[in-house]
Amino acid sequence: MTRQLYEFNGGVHPEEHKHASTSRPIGIAPLPRILIVSLRQHIGQPAKPIVAVGEQVLKGQMIGQAEGYVSVAVHAPTSGTVTAIAGHAAAHPSGLTDLCITIAPDGADRWIEHSALDYRNMDPSHLRNQLRDLGIAGLGGAVFPSFIKLNPGATQKVPTLVLNGGECEPWITCDDMLMRERAAEILAGAAVMRYMLHSDEVLVGIEDNKPEAIAAMQAAASQCDFPVEVVTVPTLYPGGGAKQLIKTLTGKEVPSGGRSTDVGVATFNVGTAYALHRAVNHGEPLISRIVTVTGNVHRPQNFEVLIGTPLAELVRLTGATRDDTSGYVMGGPMMGFDLISTDVPMVKATNCILVKSLALFPPPPPAMPCIRCTRCAQACPADLQPQELYWFARAKNFGKTQEYHLFDCIECGCCSYVCPSHIPLVQYYRYAKSEIWAKEKDKKAADLARERHEFRQLRIEREQQERAAKLALKASAKLAEASPESPDDAANAAKKAAIQAALERAKEKKEGVTPRNIENLPPEKLQEIAEIEARRAKIRAMAKDAVEK
Amino acid sequence: MSGLAVFLGAALGFAAVRFKVQEDPIVEQIDAILPQTQCGQCGFPGCKPYATAIANGDAEINQCPPGGEDGIHKLAELLGVEFKPLNAEHGEPKPKSVAVIDETTCIGCTLCIQACPVDAILGAAKQMHTIIAQECTGCELCIAPCPVDCISMVPIAEDVATWKWKYPVVKLKVA
Amino acid sequence: MLSSPYIAEQSSVSIIMLKVLAALVPGIAVYVWLFGPAILVTLTLASVTALVLETIAVRLRGWPAKPFLMDGSALVTAWLLALSLPPIAPWWLIVVGTFFAIVVAKHLYGGLGNNLFNPAMVGYAVLIISFPVQMTQWSAPLSLAGAHLSLLDSAQYIFTGILPDGLKLDAISSATPLDTLRTQLQLEHTVREITRLPIFGNLGGTGGEAVVLMFLLGGLYLWLARIITWHIPAAFIAGLWITGGLFHISDPDRYISPWFHLATGGVMLGAFFIATDPVTGATTPRGKLIFGAGIGILTYLIRTLGGYPDGVAFAVLLMNIMVPLIDAYTQPKVYGHKQKEPAE
Repeated sequence: MTRQLYEFNGGVHPEEHKHASTSRPIGIAPLPRILIVSLRQHIGQPAKPIVAVGEQVLKGQMIGQAEGYVSVAVHAPTSGTVTAIAGHAAAHPSGLTDLCITIAPDGADRWIEHSALDYRNMDPSHLRNQLRDLGIAGLGGAVFPSFIKLNPGATQKVPTLVLNGGECEPWITCDDMLMRERAAEILAGAAVMRYMLHSDEVLVGIEDNKPEAIAAMQAAASQCDFPVEVVTVPTLYPGGGAKQLIKTLTGKEVPSGGRSTDVGVATFNVGTAYALHRAVNHGEPLISRIVTVTGNVHRPQNFEVLIGTPLAELVRLTGATRDDTSGYVMGGPMMGFDLISTDVPMVKATNCILVKSLALFPPPPPAMPCIRCTRCAQACPADLQPQELYWFARAKNFGKTQEYHLFDCIECGCCSYVCPSHIPLVQYYRYAKSEIWAKEKDKKAADLARERHEFRQLRIEREQQERAAKLALKASAKLAEASPESPDDAANAAKKAAIQAALERAKEKKEGVTPRNIENLPPEKLQEIAEIEARRAKIRAMAKDAVEK
Repeated sequence: MSGLAVFLGAALGFAAVRFKVQEDPIVEQIDAILPQTQCGQCGFPGCKPYATAIANGDAEINQCPPGGEDGIHKLAELLGVEFKPLNAEHGEPKPKSVAVIDETTCIGCTLCIQACPVDAILGAAKQMHTIIAQECTGCELCIAPCPVDCISMVPIAEDVATWKWKYPVVKLKVA
Repeated sequence: MLSSPYIAEQSSVSIIMLKVLAALVPGIAVYVWLFGPAILVTLTLASVTALVLETIAVRLRGWPAKPFLMDGSALVTAWLLALSLPPIAPWWLIVVGTFFAIVVAKHLYGGLGNNLFNPAMVGYAVLIISFPVQMTQWSAPLSLAGAHLSLLDSAQYIFTGILPDGLKLDAISSATPLDTLRTQLQLEHTVREITRLPIFGNLGGTGGEAVVLMFLLGGLYLWLARIITWHIPAAFIAGLWITGGLFHISDPDRYISPWFHLATGGVMLGAFFIATDPVTGATTPRGKLIFGAGIGILTYLIRTLGGYPDGVAFAVLLMNIMVPLIDAYTQPKVYGHKQKEPAE
């Protein structure tokens, strides 16, 4: 290939450990005993459940529908019965619970009726809505709803389509194995993307440590009816990061805070392309994905796993748990996060389950002070000055962190990886980011409260003025009526009497009103109600006193 | 010399008219720091009046419990004055909460609706009321007027969406 | 709680500092060979003093002593200071210098990673201002000296000030080439005449130029080992060479060749080991260039126009003051900020 490649700054070369899980083909994970489908599997608003507990669902049936613009649907991974819609340990660094739909499989694995989409004869926006309802989201890690990225936007065109087969994180091989075994299907998905984005060129970026995947993709590309360039890129973490891959392949930089489409590039993970192919050409929603199970296990392997499979059931496929297992990580060793419970279900973002042991992943030595050696700055692929960001984040000087472009940090972990003082730099940045987000949220809430409060003040003032005006009008009218005997007087008096009577009635009713739901209550409840009533009467009396004073 | 004086005077006069500051921006700046809970714990009927009072020197900067120490620090920095710890007379900072109406007890008296400074309670006379949780500032002003004590403050629980990464605990240990 | 990354490179502050120490060893070896073993006494005394003071300081601050002693930074400071001092300086001079370096310049400013000024250079500056006489008594190169001291003799002299019987201080000490140059220029001699004196070698000073060469080689090792980047040494050397070159061209009789400046005094030690101290140096790539060039230019100016024996220490300290400003104004462009904003 003669394509000119570009270099991004920084990057590190961690030990790859990829061979561990590439020696076995992708295994099909058996149906688990239970499936827990999280409603928050994508970036944006969680899906809204549309089934009820006890309901029978079919494989591929939508059980949570997209809510809001940035959202996609979730589906039943197999047929069975909904047994719970409740909080369940989530695949999230917090270890908190989140709303999940639990399904007890019936074992029949019966599909809902589904069929391929005739995408070439569909209205583009209808097609995108279909993809949203089929739950397609980016499988590279960010899980951004794909239908949004597949909108070519105002320019009607995204010239360069990049399939990301970089997979730069150590240990993870799910994309590698997918490309080796299902290259043609990946490119079938790319064909749909190319059609939707009106792209001129299709590039597949693969790091040079995956020769088998490169060969498979090249073979598939030669069978394609549109040009596909399989580009070998140097192995350098985080070369598979979308921004870094775009830089390597095109020399372009995604503007800060912008999207890659701003520079005419759309990037999709190869797994997303595969899922899109299943969705468009078979009508299947996203209910399974390839997950690497590796690390401290007997038989590391990639599995095609139903989304919702509990961690423990998946890990069991690689053999019995080793005694020295010290924890589970979702994702790779550079960017993954600890899973606190083995009940955590697989989600669309789960590319890897890394089983830890203290021997494989020893805890870091105690941190020393930063000596400003700038190794982190040399390793940073975003060209940041991590030592300065650390300094400000540690001092909770969040304004300064933003001035030094904290939000351009992609949390790749290179800085922590090289730090000779073993400072958990990335954790400081994550901390600073979430504090800033929380503060922004608070600020928005405060602004809303201020607005509503000011509106209320205005309303009260207006009501007062209206009342005053009405009173003034009445007073002047009365004055005018006072002298001559007006014919309206009698009518007026009658009206007044009627109002008075109504008021009396209302008062009586108010005092006499008895809630109907207190019959058949146990005596203690009645006692409690009586007490409340007494308190209420007392407060009323007090209020009256206050008014009279 | 006198010509220069006249010219400078004219220039100053012009500048005063040309660059007139519309509103006292300091009140706005103080108000921007205050949490807009509108709870009145500071002794003023809302955040804006408190901001005005601070600007006029009629109030201390440490009378806002919801703003917490953080808020006092920001006010101190803005106004160039010394930090003061929160005045306990005005209350203690509490975890952020929202009001919740026990809808089985509510009698629909509308008293809480009248008390709510941000119109975050929905309901009409003799109909059950409910609180718009997103808009509730947690000011607690609705609790006292309720004749049946059906409103309680519920601290906002941390969930996956609001969870925050913790400040790294880094200890220097003997290796 | 642990958060990713869960793996890390095999590196530590200790490893970095050990490599720095290792890179100094060839220079020290040649130093001993050409100037006698006195420097070993100075190095040892400075090291012991530094470790004791570091332990006390760390303990007083309530920190565990072991990781801080293991980090090796105190040793590096001690060695750099010792190599800047005359090898036959009295013991108390070394102790005082080390005290100012470790306790005042480092720990009173917050300890490792927080000091504004290069500790070794602060120690040196205090000594040169307070004890100018003792600071100019340098060992003569063995090839020129009338006698030479054994390790024991050196230790005895350093600790007691007593020389072996019948030996005069003049026999073992001499002025440095830089000092000689300055005094001779004041006597209206030309550069050409002065450099014929025996203390001048091929390029720099007799003997000294070999030590300087070894420090250069040690520095190149640090660069290859990726302990330092090329920016500061290159800019330092370029700044000194260009400034010196301009002066030299303007009046070769009065201003010596810039090569001489590179080959004498603390330039190579300064360029590769002192100015590259990460804690007190600039951190951005462009900032490092400015920082290094500034030191180079100031070193030349202080050597040529000032009255002190060498200019490296003051140049480093002056540029240390500038570091926050330099860093603030030389922040590199961050990914995604490089393209110009699209035209409105």
